[in-house]
Order: sequence, then structure tokens, then C-alpha cells
Amino acid sequence: MERDERVVVFGEDVGVTGGVFRATDGLFARYGQARVIDTPLAEGVIAGAAIGLAIAGWVPVAEIQFLGFAHNGFNQVVDQLARVRYRSAGRFSAQVTLRAPYGGGVRAPELHSDAFEAHFTHAPGLKVIAPSTPADAKGLLLASIRDPDPVLFLEPLRGYRQVKGEVPAGDYTVELGEASVAREGSDVTVIAWSAAVQVALQAAEDAQAQGISVEVLDLRSLVPLDVKAIAASVSKTGRAVVVQEAPLTSGFAAEVVATIQEEAFFSLQAPIRRVAAPDVPYPVQMLEEHYVPNAERVLEAIVATTRD
Amino acid sequence: MKKAARAASARLDGVRSVPMPPMVKYLDQDGELLEKQSMSDELALEGYRVMLRGRRFDERCVSLQRQGRMVTLAPGIGQEAATVGAAMALDATTDWFVPQYRELAGQLWHGYPLRLAFLWHVGHPIAFQVPGDLNMLPFQAAIAGQLPQAVGLAWGLRLKRARGVVVAVFGDGGTSQGDFHEAANLAGVMKAPIIFLCQNNGWAISTTVEQQTASETLAQKAVAYGFPGIQCDGNDLFAVYATVREAVTRARNGEGPTLVEAITYRLGLHTTADDPTRYEPREMHDMWVDRDPLRRMQLHLVSRGVIDRSGLERMEDEVKEELRVAWDEAQKEPAPDPSYYFGHVHASPSTRLGGQLKRFERDGPG
Repeated sequence: MERDERVVVFGEDVGVTGGVFRATDGLFARYGQARVIDTPLAEGVIAGAAIGLAIAGWVPVAEIQFLGFAHNGFNQVVDQLARVRYRSAGRFSAQVTLRAPYGGGVRAPELHSDAFEAHFTHAPGLKVIAPSTPADAKGLLLASIRDPDPVLFLEPLRGYRQVKGEVPAGDYTVELGEASVAREGSDVTVIAWSAAVQVALQAAEDAQAQGISVEVLDLRSLVPLDVKAIAASVSKTGRAVVVQEAPLTSGFAAEVVATIQEEAFFSLQAPIRRVAAPDVPYPVQMLEEHYVPNAERVLEAIVATTRD
Repeated sequence: MKKAARAASARLDGVRSVPMPPMVKYLDQDGELLEKQSMSDELALEGYRVMLRGRRFDERCVSLQRQGRMVTLAPGIGQEAATVGAAMALDATTDWFVPQYRELAGQLWHGYPLRLAFLWHVGHPIAFQVPGDLNMLPFQAAIAGQLPQAVGLAWGLRLKRARGVVVAVFGDGGTSQGDFHEAANLAGVMKAPIIFLCQNNGWAISTTVEQQTASETLAQKAVAYGFPGIQCDGNDLFAVYATVREAVTRARNGEGPTLVEAITYRLGLHTTADDPTRYEPREMHDMWVDRDPLRRMQLHLVSRGVIDRSGLERMEDEVKEELRVAWDEAQKEPAPDPSYYFGHVHASPSTRLGGQLKRFERDGPG
């Protein structure tokens, strides 16, 4: 915001209170109500107005308070925002970042915890970013804001309080569309994104104790997808486990599995496994620890794939 | 009924309806002025010409569609005064026109070229590429989907302290959409310089306004969002122009949005895939034929001596010729290259999409 006066932040409760997770804390005091704006409680017009603001020359960074409620504005996000450049044949574009907390594990109420990323990765024109570390969150967020096209920026609920890490000072960006190797290994590749990366890292640690060397690939960006990094890692290890928090069927893990099949089939020494939530809606708090994939389940899949 | 319940019921009876919004009207059915209006004769004649252009364009396109030369299209026949009158109230150099899909006549006034209009109806993608100097969003198929964007645009202009205002057009059916209500609500809160122009043409395909809403008027919906709603005779160019002009002035002065309900009628089809004889009472259609905005304006202009019969015939010939030229030009437009649809998804294609394009260029689709 300091660097680019066109950047405006808006959404529900992002102003004075600094967001329900304090993600925009301090911005209101620093940049004032002209650039940090509390809006009515309406996801559709938050996303839709972002399009108009972008056409008027602003760079909107809008918050959808929880991804679970983004469907109230699904038309504006998927049918409109994602297609601004395409449907106007390049006359207009939407340099818009929609930030949305998502994913489970913090005992939030119903619909606050769902990992709905696959609903949005199926929308051509929309980039979908899902960092797992504080440093990547900063670098990818700044890159998203500067990207000329719309980005859905997913912030793991668990990340706000449970993940700590160094954050580079100053102007720091991470290129969109590049996965990162969170841990090097040689026997199995575990592919994950967002909060599931921490789970995968824990499982990798546990597997090490059993003599299995696990590489953890943090996708960071779902669209665009770093096909090269996926192919390179799986070609090296010959085995892959894909972890997602969302229910199994039609989840983004299926896209990753299909990609591996296309790009690294002949390197595979075992069937690819998926660790996902079962095909049931996200449960209420007392049940959620039995739902969100944990390190134990990922470890089981790692061990199983080495025995296939 | 218990006493307390009776009292509550009585209280609610009192607030069931809101006052009727004002209704603006200048021309009677035969083109006679009911009261003085402010548009000059020259401007009125120009407005009439663009209304005629829109009418003849739609008629031509319906005919071309019937010959299998055009895609499904939604003519605006009967609604030309509503959209041209609104466009005339704008300064095209600063103000934006945000269409749904049944306001081509108004778009022509604002500067959208006839050639592109023809290309729209043959399914050419460049029809959506609004020319670079034109303050207009592309056509919108999602009913009321343009309204949140139009509010964002208006809000953005206000934040920039720019002079511009936005007119966003939609229909009676659009007022049932959440996007309308969310947009109107935000516009009120942000005092966005926007005019919501609702073309109440009586029908949302086959659904009547009475089936659409229990509100007495569509204009009154503005009351709930804290800004004025007003009705005008949408088949009266002077009424629409004066009403929207007043709303534009309000918006420019920082007084926020206005909802204008232009009462008009869809004399044609919902789209060329529609058959109104299945639902539209004949007598209702005939009643509105008598209120045709072109007929009224023509009678008015002739009675004032602004134009005579031979002048009208000349204008018809000129419009016919303009349409012929534009249609010829449109037909000369090269068909888009099959790989065209890969363009403009992102500013620069991802590796994956780039690969899909390469494969497409080598092997074709699939």
C-alpha cells in the first residue's frame, strides 16, 4: 500500500478491528478510511465491486471473511471476476486479490472450516494460491497483489496461530506458480498445500524414524500448477502420496494424481495414494479431529506405498 | 384474536405500503406535450434518429436470425426511448454505460459501433471488446450480474474524485436477484455515483412483474437502501432524459445513487428462441403498440414542425443505408482464428495453458 497508491483493502471488518484474524491489523490507522474500508456483509458485491474498482484503476485487495461463505458470491468470483479479461477480449482486466481464510482444525463453527479450493481451481482465469509458511504468505501475497490478473489467496485458519516462522523484511515476493521442496527425500514424494504441508512434514519426520526418506513438495500455487516440480520429484522418488483436507471425490488431489500419471507414469514404482477427508460435509467441532487428515494417516499412506 | 395480537396486526397494517414514488411523464400517447420539457428540438431529433436506428437494427437482426445467419438474440423493440433517453443524459467522455443485453439503442447513442453490434449477433468475440475510448462494459448475460461491478466502478470513480457517473441498466426480473440488492445496498452506503436504470418491460421471459415481486412498484425498493426511487414513462424520451439527468446531477454532486424505474414494454420477443404467443395476451400487446415510443416521438416532432413526412422518409433511407454499410463491414470482418479463444485468459498464459495451445495448433481440439 505504501508502494502503490492504487491498492485499496476492503471487506467485512477489515477496517477498525483489523479483520477477524487481525490480518489487516494496523492498516486502517496507517492508510485511513479511504483505502481501508469496511463493507456491508455481502460476499457477492465485495467480489463484484472489486471488478468495478479495478476497471476504475484501483488495485483491490478484498477479504472474503471465510471461504465457506464465498459461494454467496460464486457468480461474481467464478463467472465474472475470473473472466473479465477473457470476455472483454483484453479491453478490461481485474488486478484483484481476494483473500480468504479457509481449512479446518481450529474448532470454528459450521462452514468456517471447509477446504473448498477445488470449487475455484476449476474456473479458468482465476489463480489460486495456498501458502503454508509465514514467509510464503508474505511473498505470495505481495506477488498476488502485483499480478495483473485475479488471484484467490487462501490463508489456512491453522496458520494464523499455530504456525510460526521467519518472515523476510522489506519488499519480498515469491513467484506465483512455483512449488517448493519443503523437505528433501528420496523414497516417497508427499505433495500437499496450505495447512496440510505441516501435517506432511510431521509424517515425514515420523517416516524417517522407520527408515523411509520422504520428500515433501509444497505446491504453494494450485493455479498455475508447477507441473515441472511435481514431475521432477516423483520421477526421482517413484512414489507419491497426495494430501488434501477436502473430501476425497473431485478434490484437487485428483488433479495432482492425473498430472503425475501424465508426466511421470513410467517412473512410478507403486500406485499413487491420496489422503483426504471422507466424502462427508465438514463436521462440528467435537468430531473434526477425526476428519481432517493428520500425520498418522499420512504416515500410513507413506508406509503403504513403500510396500506396494 | 387476543388484544395484544390485534394491536400488533393494526400496527403492521399501517406500514404495509410505502408512498407511491413520483411518476415523470411529458408526452401523451399522441405525442402532445403535457408540460414544458427542456430538450431542444435538434437534440430530440437526434434522439429520435438513434431510436429509429436501434429499432431498424433489431428488426433486421431478427430477420437475419430467421434466415439462419445470426445466433439467438434479444431485441429491444419498444424500449428505445428508455435506453436512448438515459444515454442522452450522460457525458460520454466521463460517464459509463453498463448494459445487460437489451439496451443496444442506448449503447449506440453512447458510442458503441453498429458494426460491432452486428458482430455480436453473429457470435464474434470482438463484439465484447468494447473499443478503447468507450466508457462501457460488455454485454452481460447473468441477470443483474453487472450491478455489483457497476457499483464498484462508480465507487472507484468517487474514490478518485473523478467527474464520471455510471448508468447501469437491468430489467424487472433483475430486481429479484441478490446481486441487485447487494449492489443497491453497497451503493447507498458508499454514496456511489450510480443510476440504477430498471427497464420494467412487463416481462421476464414469460414471468409477469406481479409474479416477480409483491412490491407495488420497483422504484420503491430504493427506499430500503436509503436513496430515492422514481418512476418515469419509459416510452417517453423526454421523461427518461429528464429523470436520468436529474439523477446524474445528484450523483455528480456526491448525493449518491438513484433508482429509476422506466415503465416500458417489450414489443418484441424475449429472444429469438421465445414465442410470446404462448403467454402474452394479444390485447395487452396491442395496447402497448399504441404507446410505441417511436410513434409518439414521431407525432410530436411532426406536430412541432421539426421534421415533415419527406424528412422522415429521408431519415428512414439514411438509417437503412447506415445499417447496410455496417452489416457489409461486419461481414468483411475475418472470422476469429480457432486458437483465438486461448487468448486473454490471463495476461500471459501459464505453462500448462501454453502447452494446451501448442497441442491445439498442432492437432486441433481434443
